[in-house]
Amino acid sequence: MKFFPLIWRNLTRKKLRTSLTLLTIMVAFVLFGILCAVREALVGGVALAGADRLIVRHKVSIIQMLPESYQARIARIPGVAAVTHQTWFGGTYQDPKNFFMQNPVEPEAFMAMFPEFILPPEQMKAWLATRTGAIVGRKTAERFHWKIGDKIPIMSPIWLRKTWEFDLVGIYDGAKKGTDTTSMFFRYDYFDESRQAQNWGAGQVGWYTIRVKDPAQAAEVAKLVDREFENSPYETKTEPEGAFAQGFANQIGNITAIVSGILAAVFFTILLVTGSTMSQAIRDRIGELGVLKAIGFTNGRLLSLVLAESCLLTVLGGGLGLALAALVTAGGDPTGGMLPMFRLPGSDVLVGFFISLALGLVTGALPALQAMRLRVADAVRRI
Amino acid sequence: MAGPLNWFSQIAAVTKFGLMSIPQRRGSVAATIFGVAGVVLVFVGVLSIATGFRRAMTASGSPDAVIVLRSGADTEMVSGFSREETRVIADAPGLARDARGPLASAELFVIVNLPKRSTGTDANVPLRGVEGAAISVRDDLKITAGRMFEWGKNEVIVGVGAARAFDGLEVGGSVKVGSAHWPVVGVFTANGGVAESEIWTDARVLQDAYHRGDSFQSVYARLASPNSYQSFKDALTTNPRLNVKVERQSEHFAEQSTALTTLITTLGFLIATLMAVGAVFGALNTMYSAVASRTREIATLRALGFGRGAILVAMMIESLLVALVGGAIGGAAAFLAFNNFHAATMNWQSFSQVTFAFAVTPALLGQGIAWATAIGLLGGLFPALQAARLPIAAALRET
Repeated sequence: MKFFPLIWRNLTRKKLRTSLTLLTIMVAFVLFGILCAVREALVGGVALAGADRLIVRHKVSIIQMLPESYQARIARIPGVAAVTHQTWFGGTYQDPKNFFMQNPVEPEAFMAMFPEFILPPEQMKAWLATRTGAIVGRKTAERFHWKIGDKIPIMSPIWLRKTWEFDLVGIYDGAKKGTDTTSMFFRYDYFDESRQAQNWGAGQVGWYTIRVKDPAQAAEVAKLVDREFENSPYETKTEPEGAFAQGFANQIGNITAIVSGILAAVFFTILLVTGSTMSQAIRDRIGELGVLKAIGFTNGRLLSLVLAESCLLTVLGGGLGLALAALVTAGGDPTGGMLPMFRLPGSDVLVGFFISLALGLVTGALPALQAMRLRVADAVRRI
Repeated sequence: MAGPLNWFSQIAAVTKFGLMSIPQRRGSVAATIFGVAGVVLVFVGVLSIATGFRRAMTASGSPDAVIVLRSGADTEMVSGFSREETRVIADAPGLARDARGPLASAELFVIVNLPKRSTGTDANVPLRGVEGAAISVRDDLKITAGRMFEWGKNEVIVGVGAARAFDGLEVGGSVKVGSAHWPVVGVFTANGGVAESEIWTDARVLQDAYHRGDSFQSVYARLASPNSYQSFKDALTTNPRLNVKVERQSEHFAEQSTALTTLITTLGFLIATLMAVGAVFGALNTMYSAVASRTREIATLRALGFGRGAILVAMMIESLLVALVGGAIGGAAAFLAFNNFHAATMNWQSFSQVTFAFAVTPALLGQGIAWATAIGLLGGLFPALQAARLPIAAALRET
């Protein structure tokens, strides 16, 4: 630590060069942070999926519906602790661009199945008491400035009746940091009555969610469910929630590969720029390094001095960049609904820190070795 | 002394000196070149995704090709018609006709889960049920392998994009719909358009398989002439028996592509801007060290009578040339790596997969070179100003 002033002085010797390099590194880490948030938004659902939950959908495709009567049959299958269903409503609020999900659910079974949604008990009571009641996540409520008691008109092109009006009885929060709080849920009984009234689509639901008694048995339970409905007009495909989310993310494309590719190009570029600056900085002071050696600095100490200098630079730049990225991403989804889970996870910040450290070691390595191998006589002669 | 010719020869001389000194500074020059190349590569690469997607979505549809949906539906997925409604639509004035009647095809649009070749996981592949006029209401749809499916049979033809992206979709393969296997009997191209992502079969066959009764979701039609669009549209929208909207196919698909292309383009520009800022700092560093290592040389030139302007312009040219070399390398690398790279992604509007090829267009390469130029100019300006303003006497004394 006693050499810190020396390292600091070396860094601040050419203030312009150091600040330019620092800014370059900072920019790279801002980009790193933002891309991590984008990836999180697209594939983050996988990590948040419940390990003990399975999704049952129509075998041919998710747009085909399953009979409501399957619920009782699934509940009887050994290993199933609970089952409930949801249906894609696909409505829009005011403008088709204002996208968020609305699904009819059975309130009690639904809230028991998804403990990550937290609804105050009195709001739950109000929901159970209001047939046209709906609850919405904090994010969407804030986005449209809705408050409890509002009447929310939702247009639905799918479910014949054009405008559906819901009474907002509750606003739920997420139990975990990444929980998606953009969806709206309303009562299935109200939904199904309206379908019966227009004699279309009644008694059909989108997909079932199962809670298994023992997560270790999930694969077997999934097989049992699919076997139960084999050769019926509505065959099913059952898979763990995580696999379902992963499959969904894969439909967009290989996000992780694309993001890693871009980041690799970015860091390679930064490595070149900072690496060349660092070696330039060391070359400028070969004479001084020779003097340090002459007065008794060991090879190892010179090596660590140079490495410490480069690491200080990259970690400083990396830290500033990550802080800025955290600030930028704290605002949430920049696209207005397309990326509801846009946020920078803490684990990625940690990864970023280690990358900045590694960047410092790699860029400093060559100049540090040069410094270590200096012969005093040669170096001092250059002054 | 002050003639323009002399001025230019001064610039040429200083530039030549600068360029000849590059081998001595090859490390930092190479860093700048690759820095700029990196920016251009990523910029062109990311935007080629957006360009390719947009191209696939808009390749379909000449001005006389229209699509009719239920009013309020922005995609076929959420639209719906009964057979009577599709008949009324087909009989409206303004449609082209052939021996079999009006050129209108009532269609059914559903999805079927098939594994993607690249990931092995299920994807929503669009499956379309069509009527006899389907091929004539689209542009340039050709069967390139195998044959057309037989009407009334459980047979399918697949778009060339779908054949490439999803497992089992080649002539001789089959599509599993529930417990039945539908053989693939042909592969078609559609001028790179969105239909190439789809699987086609007879609409009646599909209605039965998906329990859809006698219903359809859209009507594709060809107008007698592009000018009859308004009269066709008015006839349908004023008909009290219908509740529909009419769009040209090209506009319909362009609209569907805007959300994704806007997202990718925004992201591409954001990444490129941030990287370019980094590259400008890199270029600044390089040029400042170039100026620093040539302080005496520049001062000597000034003492010999070279003008400030000539030094400034020469330094800018040097910086620009270095950046342009980087830009050219980045653009070439992007072209080789990404042009015509086949991919499939989700079209969120129709909830189904669209296959497309990344497109590195000349316009995109031009934009990449523009970025490189901007980086070179910005990165060269301040060091060049510094060089031009060097106090001659003090600089000559410098070691």
